[in-house]
Formats: sequence, structure tokens, C-alpha cells
Amino acid sequence: MSKQTDTQAVEGLDRYKYSFSDPDEAVFTAERGLSREVVEQISHMKGEPDWMREFRLKALEHYKARPMPAWGPDLGLINFDNIIYYVRPAEAEGKTWEEVPETIKRTFDKLGIPEAEQKFLAGVGAQYESEMVYHNIQKHLADQGVIFVSIEDGLRQYPDLFREYFGTVIPITDNKFAALNSAVWSGGSFIYVPKGVKVDLPLQAYFRLNMANIGQFERTLIIADEGSQIHYVEGCTAPVYTTDSFHSGVIEIIVKAGARVRYTTIQNWSVNVYNLVTQRAMVHAGGTMEWVDANLGSKLTMKYPSCYLIGEGAHGEILSLAFAAAGQHQDAGGKVIHAAPHTSSKITSKSISKAGGRTSYRGLLKVHKGAQGSRSSVVCDALLLDPQSRSDTYPSIEIDEDNVTVGHEASVSKIGEEQLFYLMSRGLNAEEAATMVVSGFIEPLVRELPMEYAVEMNRLIQLQMEGSIG
Amino acid sequence: MAATLEVRGLHAAIDGKGILKGVDLTVDKGQVHALMGPNGTGKSTLANVLMGHPAYTVTAGEILLEGVNLVEIEPDARARLGLFLAFQYPVAIPGLSVANFLRAAINAKRRGLNPEDKGVAVPEFRKLLKEKMDLLQMPHEFAGRYLNEGFSGGEKKRAEILQLATLDPRMAVLDETDSGLDIDALRIVAGGVNALAGPGLGVLIITHYQRILKYIQPHVVHIMLDGRIVESGGAELAEHLEEHGYDWLREKNPNGVVAEA
Repeated sequence: MSKQTDTQAVEGLDRYKYSFSDPDEAVFTAERGLSREVVEQISHMKGEPDWMREFRLKALEHYKARPMPAWGPDLGLINFDNIIYYVRPAEAEGKTWEEVPETIKRTFDKLGIPEAEQKFLAGVGAQYESEMVYHNIQKHLADQGVIFVSIEDGLRQYPDLFREYFGTVIPITDNKFAALNSAVWSGGSFIYVPKGVKVDLPLQAYFRLNMANIGQFERTLIIADEGSQIHYVEGCTAPVYTTDSFHSGVIEIIVKAGARVRYTTIQNWSVNVYNLVTQRAMVHAGGTMEWVDANLGSKLTMKYPSCYLIGEGAHGEILSLAFAAAGQHQDAGGKVIHAAPHTSSKITSKSISKAGGRTSYRGLLKVHKGAQGSRSSVVCDALLLDPQSRSDTYPSIEIDEDNVTVGHEASVSKIGEEQLFYLMSRGLNAEEAATMVVSGFIEPLVRELPMEYAVEMNRLIQLQMEGSIG
Repeated sequence: MAATLEVRGLHAAIDGKGILKGVDLTVDKGQVHALMGPNGTGKSTLANVLMGHPAYTVTAGEILLEGVNLVEIEPDARARLGLFLAFQYPVAIPGLSVANFLRAAINAKRRGLNPEDKGVAVPEFRKLLKEKMDLLQMPHEFAGRYLNEGFSGGEKKRAEILQLATLDPRMAVLDETDSGLDIDALRIVAGGVNALAGPGLGVLIITHYQRILKYIQPHVVHIMLDGRIVESGGAELAEHLEEHGYDWLREKNPNGVVAEA
């Protein structure tokens, strides 16, 4: 899920269109499955410098050597040999509006998305008036020295800056899927905010339409220099329809001293997708990182936004929301590593399970020796809408320092008969009543979203709740 | 013309255990009735059964609201037909503001009358809500608080009456609205009910104590014992109870007690 230049957006869109159409029409398609040759081809097609090719190949070796993680949800159903690891954008004809599934169209309608935007989101319309807005925003950013380009352009246009930070927050050895992404990454954003610059608009919110082009192995790198500020929003409440069944992104963020970064994700992949994302921020002295992470779609999501608090007084916050309906498993949470004195963190997790859906909170809180005076609180609340649904909590807390304050609270509640009766006694039907309880439950998170996303999020919850009662 | 509320031979059970054993009660248009009786005689059960709480099963009898039998109707439809219950223990709905909740409830009612209704306009709703909050001497910030969350006992009861005032029902059942209120709050709540009572609203006040009846004059007082109404009379009946307790009624109605044993 990435911000891209307009060229990139159109390319990505075409790739999207491509994924609905005959594979042979693409200009270049890597073979199914993964090999050294495939990775070299990807690097060559992108015209990358040698160091990046080496980086990719090293990552590939690590990926192959590393066993499949067995500590979490079952990944056995993913057929890695059947994945096409790179598709070069083609000018090929896309699919037509008629081919978009009715359920997706219906959801667009319910969300009140204008038709032009609907077509764009579904990958059948390339032109949209947002391009004009996009150029104006780009100028506004450039005037302040902010770099906001596709990850490919970042590597091409800012090679030194890029190389200094790329792969430093999430090294290829971090985990199997980060290694895979490092080998075959394509698409994503490169952002640099200069010292003291405060970007006054949530970046992605203004380019929502371009966001529909989400790469399968997207890679994003954000560097917020000292005292700067930025809010980046990725994703979209509209369901992202894709036939690709596997998505594995890597998001790296560097929060320099006194800087502040908020990264908001609204993930609503179609329910065939395995979504395995590694996202992490390195937070220096006095810096603040905030992850706002909402996972509504996908078949399985494994995502634990992390903050490494490495400078004195650094602060990290993770607000996680998960909604799992029938056939879905959201394994979400957060990780915070306190590695400097007087650092503070807060993890708030809200999960909702319905119709047999499953949510898990998986969290790690680690306080290293020497991180004295650090404080952390973790609050996980789960709401179950019916007896078939499931919620689990896997908190892990490791503390190697005495002088710290750590709080952990977890609760699981069932949607109460008394709550529903109370609301129904005021004239709301069972579904409206349940929706109100759910909307109230996630209100603390929705409140943190930019206005237009909050509105859509509420509509989306209403939609998710349809037909959930009786 | 049909009475506002007419309960005929109502029997109800929970988990197979009979609680209501033949309740008969008629509230005529514009009347205020009080229902008194010791703990555990079925007063709150009656309130819940009238509203349609899913834990209770009606085993016999009828509940007629302006002539419409409610027994087979869902609670939300009962509400849209004009029945209101002020809960003894209102539950909290975290994250749902009083204002958003009331607007949704008003809109649900309007859509019940006309499926094409677009809902109450925001300025109109704000004006209505402020007016009703003023009636109950509630600070306007109250509208932004989460429904019943962290409310004091008195605030909860006041919020119930605020809902009553805003939703404009035909028949209101107040289930021990007076309990847990200090004297000032009781005056305010009673004042609110009095302001709303009138030809368009029937009221049934369920209470343990005569206290609230000093502020709201009932037309009729009923006494419930062992799942039945055993005595009805004027306001003086409540005063009599205050002096003599319930023992004289138990002696007068030994059958109920025997049946229970």
C-alpha cells in the first residue's frame, strides 16, 4: 500500500488491470516461483545499481534458508511456487466494469463512493481529476524540501540518501517474509522530511485514488529528520479487490530526534488474501512514532507494527483495530522495544470477531537493561459478537530493568443481551443496536483517523454488521 | 376507545419459573398509575415483559398498547409503537454518545412511521435536545458523554427521563426511577415526568416507596404480590401502605403465598 508518483500510479494500475486479464499480454512477466534468475531479472528490469542487486540476492538466500514461522497462524496453504513475483506494468487492456464482482460494486455503493472513483478502485478507469490536485500537492511539498516519490524513483533520484537508510530498520535477516520482500520488492513510497519541516496535511489522504495501486511486495521508506512532522495514510476503506492472494510488505520508518511520525493503515483486502507485513520505526531521542493500524479485510493478516525506542525520551504508540468475519483471521498487535532511558509507550488493541471470525492480539513489550524510568501500558479489548467467534491474546513481556512502570490489561466481552435489549427498547432494530455497540467499541480508534476516513470507517462497520443478527 | 395500556391475564416465566401469574392492569389515556409491592413480587419482571425482554417468556395473556397486542412483537417495534421503559439499571454503551444515540433512536422511530423519512435535521435535533436537557436541569455537555458510562446513579436516572422526554412515547413505564436519587434529583426527575404527563402520555410508576408519589400524583395505585395485582385504589392506598406495610395484604391474599410454597 503505497504512495506513488503519478507515472507509478498509472503503472501500478495497469499491473492491477493486468491481474484480471490474460497474463500473456504483459510486457514482462517473471515465471511462477522464485529463483536467483527471477530476482536478477527483476533488478535488471528496474535498472538498479549493483548494490541493490546484491541486496536482493542476499535476501533471497536468507529467505530460502529460513524456516516457515511456526509460532503463529497456519501458513501451509500458501503456494509459494505458484506466485508470480514480478509483473512489469503493461499498457495492456484492462478488465471491464462488468467483470468486477457484484459484491464489490455493492460495497462501493454502500460506502457512497462516486462512480469514477469506484472504477478507479476496481482498476478499470485510469484517468481521474485527482491528478491536478496531486501536482499541486507535489509542488507544495517540494517547496518545503519534502521528497515524496515512488520507492523506485527514490533509489534513482536520491541514491545516497536512499542507501544510507534502506534496510537499516528491517534488515533482510529480520524474518522470512521481510527477506522475501527484500528479494522481490516493487512499488511503494520514499519520503524524506527535512529538519524542522512540519507537513501540514496527511499525505495520503489527498491522493486516495492513487492508493488503490497496492503492490504485492511493496516497500516504503520514510525518514523524518530532526524536529520534523508527518502523517502518512495508506489504504482505503473501500475493499481492495485483487486476485493476487499474497501480500507481503515492508515499511521502514526513521524518526530522528524530536520528530513526530504518524502512520495510519486501513487494510481492507478482499478475503482471499494472505497479508503478512513487517512495519517498524526506529525512534530517536524525544521522537514520537504513532501507528494507527486497522485491519478489516484479508483471509489472514499477520501484522505487528513496531517501535524501537533507541533515544532517551522517545515515545511510541500503537493503536490496533481488527475486525474478523467468517473465514478471516486477524493476527495483529504491536511490538515496542525500550532501549533507552525514560522512553514511553502505549499499545491499545481493539478487536471484533463475528460469524466464526478469529482475532488474536500478539504483542511484545521489551525493556532493556539501562532503559530506566521507562513507562509502558498495554490495553487489549476484544468483543465477540457470537459464540462461534474467537479471540486470543498472546502478550509477551520481557523486562530487564527494575526501575520501570508497566501496565497490562486485557478484556474479552461478548456483545451483551442487555445492551442490545436496552438499545432496542429505544426503537433500534437488532442490527442497528449491534452496530451501535460495535461502533462505540472502536470509537477511541476511529476518533484518531482523518475525518473522511472516520466517516467511511463507520459506514464500513455498518456494512460489516449487515445480516449479522438473526 | 382503547386504553393506553391494557394488560390482561398476563403470565410470564423465566428459565421455566413462573413469575407473573395473571396480571390485569389498565392505564387509561392520560393517567398516571403507580405499582407498588415488596421485593421479588414481579414488578420489575412486569416492566421487562411489557418491553419484551428476551429472557422472559409470556405463557398466557395479552399486552395491549392502544389496542395493539404486543406479545409477539420485538422490543424495537414496541418502542416504535410508543412504549417506553425507563430502566432500573440502564447499561453503559461505551463510545456511543448520548446525542448520537438519541438521534439514531428518533430516526428509527421516524422511519418506523415513514420508511422514506430522511431523519431529523441536525439543527432541529440540537434544539430539541437542549430544550429537554434544560427541562431536566442537565448541563449541555451531557449530550457528548458516552451513554451511561461512568454516570452516577442519579445521572443514569436523569438520562432515562431525558430519553423519555426526547422520544415522545404514548406510554412510559418507570422502573424504580426514584431509587438512588437524592431529594433534589428526585424533585427534578419528578418535575420532568409531570411536565411530560398529560393527555398524550400514560405513565406507570413502579416503586418501593411512597416518596416519589408526593411529587407525582397518581390517579391509581396498584399493589402487586406474588405475581399478581392484589389491590388497587386511589392515592390514599400508598399512604395506607406507608403506615401499615404489606402484611395486611398477605393475610387478605393467602392463596398466592400458598401457591408459591
